[in-house]
Amino acid sequence: MELTLNHFLILSAILFSIGLVGALTRRHIIIMLICLEIMLNAANLNLIAFWHFSPNPELMHGPLFTLFTIAIAATEAALGLALVLAIFRHYQTIDLEQIQGLKE
Amino acid sequence: MNLFDFSDSVGWLMWIPICPLIAGVVLALLKPSGKVSAMVAIAALTVSLGFSLKAFAGTWGHEAHTLTHNFTWIQIAGVNLEFGVVLNSLTGSMLAMVSFIGLLIFIYSASYMSQDERMGRFFCYLSIFMVGMLGLVVANSVLMLFMFWEIVGLASYLLIGFWFHKPSAAAAAKKAFITTRIGDLGFLIGLLWAFKATGTFLFFDGGVGILESSTIAALASNTNVLWGLNGAGVIAVFLFIGAVGKSGQLPLHVWLPDAMEGPTPVSALIHAATMVAAGVFLVARAFPLFLADTAALEIVIWIGGLTALFAALIAIAQYDIKRILAYSTVSQLGLMMVGLGAGGLAIQDGGVSIGMFHLLTHAFFKALLFLGAGSIIHGCGDEQDIRLMGGVFSKMKISSLAYLAGTIALCAFPFTSGYFSKDQILLSAWEANKTVFWISAFASLLTAFYMTRQCCYVFLGKYRGEGHVHESPPLMTVPLVILAVFALLLGYVSEHFYHVLDYLSGVHVHQHNSTVVIISWIIALGGISLGLLVYARAKMGIDDVDPVKRLMTTPYGWLENRLYADELYQLTAFKLWGALAKAISAIEGLIYIMVVVATAIVSMIGQFFSGTIDKKLIDQVSFDGTCKRIYESSQINAFIQNGFLQGYLRIVTAGAVVIGILFLLLAR
Repeated sequence: MELTLNHFLILSAILFSIGLVGALTRRHIIIMLICLEIMLNAANLNLIAFWHFSPNPELMHGPLFTLFTIAIAATEAALGLALVLAIFRHYQTIDLEQIQGLKE
Repeated sequence: MNLFDFSDSVGWLMWIPICPLIAGVVLALLKPSGKVSAMVAIAALTVSLGFSLKAFAGTWGHEAHTLTHNFTWIQIAGVNLEFGVVLNSLTGSMLAMVSFIGLLIFIYSASYMSQDERMGRFFCYLSIFMVGMLGLVVANSVLMLFMFWEIVGLASYLLIGFWFHKPSAAAAAKKAFITTRIGDLGFLIGLLWAFKATGTFLFFDGGVGILESSTIAALASNTNVLWGLNGAGVIAVFLFIGAVGKSGQLPLHVWLPDAMEGPTPVSALIHAATMVAAGVFLVARAFPLFLADTAALEIVIWIGGLTALFAALIAIAQYDIKRILAYSTVSQLGLMMVGLGAGGLAIQDGGVSIGMFHLLTHAFFKALLFLGAGSIIHGCGDEQDIRLMGGVFSKMKISSLAYLAGTIALCAFPFTSGYFSKDQILLSAWEANKTVFWISAFASLLTAFYMTRQCCYVFLGKYRGEGHVHESPPLMTVPLVILAVFALLLGYVSEHFYHVLDYLSGVHVHQHNSTVVIISWIIALGGISLGLLVYARAKMGIDDVDPVKRLMTTPYGWLENRLYADELYQLTAFKLWGALAKAISAIEGLIYIMVVVATAIVSMIGQFFSGTIDKKLIDQVSFDGTCKRIYESSQINAFIQNGFLQGYLRIVTAGAVVIGILFLLLAR
């Protein structure tokens, strides 16, 4: 069986859905962060796939975009974890049900 | 205007008031320590003195020249309010005198006030004072002159009340301000009248200024405008009312002796170089207006003569060293007015130099006397009562000799500066009006008498106060010596000064009249000998009765009480104002009651409206209704806004899904 673009898109869609459901349902804040990363990487997978199956893959657009996104994802993760630490210090919990400061 | 053009234009004259202004602002904003403040103020005034001397040198020998530099200050409804500076011999001599004496007083103050913790503020006020005085002298616009005149008034208020924690000083400051204000009202009326009659505020403006011959002729042709005066005389008399207030003439002289509550350098500044000179200077500046109406000149010499006599009488019976000098100043100012008026009457065109030269010599010897008195007061442990002094001469040689030099100049002792200037006044008075001549002559005799009396009290006998008398530091005695030299020798350039100051005619007719010369010798020598005769051997303690009092107890008592001028005002003006205030208060009460009734009626009408329209329509329907809607709609928003993070995320996702579906549908 030959791998086509559709296979990759389906895999990417599955990954994104898993991430989205996790982000929407899990109450643990770190799990939620991990889910966000999964969604992001689903998007990266899409970029690479589209590049690979594009008419002229010798132009390095796809990897360039992806590397850029990964770098941003890394900084975002660092920022997110720092926020998690700050939230924990402040509320003494990381259960999202109990953190309702945005209400005010 | 171009401040930096030092060759042709005279715009640079503005630097003379601007320099102390810069110093004053710097001192007010930066608040440096006392010593630094003194240095800043002295430095600024030194620069002004430099410019003043340049101006003086420029006028020497060019007496008939009048240079001006005018500029428009503001424009209102097509009317130009013009300002400007003027340089003629009057400006030049006055500037040189004011800034020179001012500088000596500044230097003296640096030592005199060195113990005062508010020394910086003192120098700030002094600088502002000099701004007003120097600006007033260079002003070519009567409006500008008035503005600087008021700055002088404000600064004098601040300085007289400098030790405001003393109730008497605070009261004296208020008195000086309010009394001169009455005169200022006359000045204001005069300047507005001048503006209405001529359409300009400028003194000299290429032929159309207030003081120029064509304008004066036009004004004077308008006879019997008010109280029998012609158009020029009216303006002159109103300006003279301003001068009466500022120069302490009858009946507005009461503030001047009280102004002694200020620090002594302030007294010297106010009484010699600046404030009181401003009034005389105003008359001299506006002299062409006075010349146009002999009635105005008659008013000037009568007021001047009576003031001279009145103040000289009071000075005989005072015991405060500074108060004697204050009354002496009032008296001398009266003589200056006599000089101006009589000069105008006797020598048709050029009386201005006679009064002005006495102003200049008086500035030097009166500054000397006040600074000398300050030095003596300082040396005697801040005692001002002459009955508690005595025997000061042997302990304070420099101050005493300087003081005596000032005294003989004030007594018009032959060949001192006061002799030359007073001689001319008496001479012109002799020609103008014999009655005023005898009044002035008697006032001069009294001057010599009371100054001798004062010197006997202070210098002869044994020290009657407590503590140890000591000489003042050199920073105080050096200005005294400089002033003493001027007080003695200034008379020898009198011919030149008369020539220079006579900017109106350009030629001064110097008269000689041996009768008058003999009379003035008799006055000076007779007054001094009479004083020595009475006081040289008298007992002068605080419990002893003054020898003159022993002779004439009742009149002396009147003099001791300053001829009841203050009491007279207490009984008349104060009562009048009191009654007026009560009347106004009653009217105000009536108006108040009317307002209350009116308000009650209005509120009753309002009550009716509030019952129906207000409550039903506005309250219930509009206001409450709107609030209810807002509350209900916010309930919906509150449901979404629940603070649950993933709730928000769900809404975002739902939104994304909706957009995605829409995108798919529309893309098809």
